[in-house]
Amino acid sequence: MEASTMNALYGGLIIGLSATLLFALAGRIAGISGIVTAAIKPGSDRAWRWLFIVGLLLGGFAYHYFSGAPAPQLARQSYWLAIAGGLIVGIGVRRGSGCTSGHGVCGIARFSKRSIVSTVVFMGAGIVTATLVNILLGAF
Amino acid sequence: MTRLIALVAGILFGFGLAFSGMTDTHKVLGFLSIFHDWDYDLTFVMGGALIITTLTFQWTMKHGETLLGGNLHLPSACDLDPKLVSGAILFGVGWGLFGYCPGPALTALIYLEPQTVVFVVSMLIGILAHDFFATLSKQSQ
Repeated sequence: MEASTMNALYGGLIIGLSATLLFALAGRIAGISGIVTAAIKPGSDRAWRWLFIVGLLLGGFAYHYFSGAPAPQLARQSYWLAIAGGLIVGIGVRRGSGCTSGHGVCGIARFSKRSIVSTVVFMGAGIVTATLVNILLGAF
Repeated sequence: MTRLIALVAGILFGFGLAFSGMTDTHKVLGFLSIFHDWDYDLTFVMGGALIITTLTFQWTMKHGETLLGGNLHLPSACDLDPKLVSGAILFGVGWGLFGYCPGPALTALIYLEPQTVVFVVSMLIGILAHDFFATLSKQSQ
């Protein structure tokens, strides 16, 4: 297999290990959108969530520091796409109760019917959208 | 203890995201563009993660509590409803527009790209706006 494919597999295994730690030791689901929402809204139990978010940035930094891999360039440079994409992702993950991590990595592992449906639907919507943007704006 | 576990889990998660290619929007949009020179690498991210989580989550749920004897916090909803599907559609559309879902977007803040910062701020506004209007409509019922 190519190096990039192996990287994807290793990265996936590490993500699985992370979700395992959080669930088996702390009893919490590693769902990023849920963690972020509870971190930014008033409420209790926010500290561990903020630490998880800080960890997300530290971990990414550690990867690039130790591997020497360069920072990736953005495929789409448009600020309008960034604003529209961000707003729609934010509304969608709340309305649909989760994203790639909570539904895709943790929910499917729990054999949750909701998570399986959600993952199939957001993958499909992502494929249709990316394809339409390629047609309208040209491939990235 | 939960705080230490969360920090370690967050570091591993962010490391895994950057390692896997999920923080590279070329890889993500290449993965979503199945009709245009498909880059299938990222199927191995969810695949690799699920190999581990399926085993460990099933085991932990059978065990009924955490290894430290604490409660498992599981989502209570189990029925399919239109909101789940329309929410997933919206999320997928936003993902396909720019190439980031929430986790990779946060990790990618370290690259200091202004568009990524704009994406994350917009995402937080979207989250808060959704919850604000959801609470309003619940109150008016």
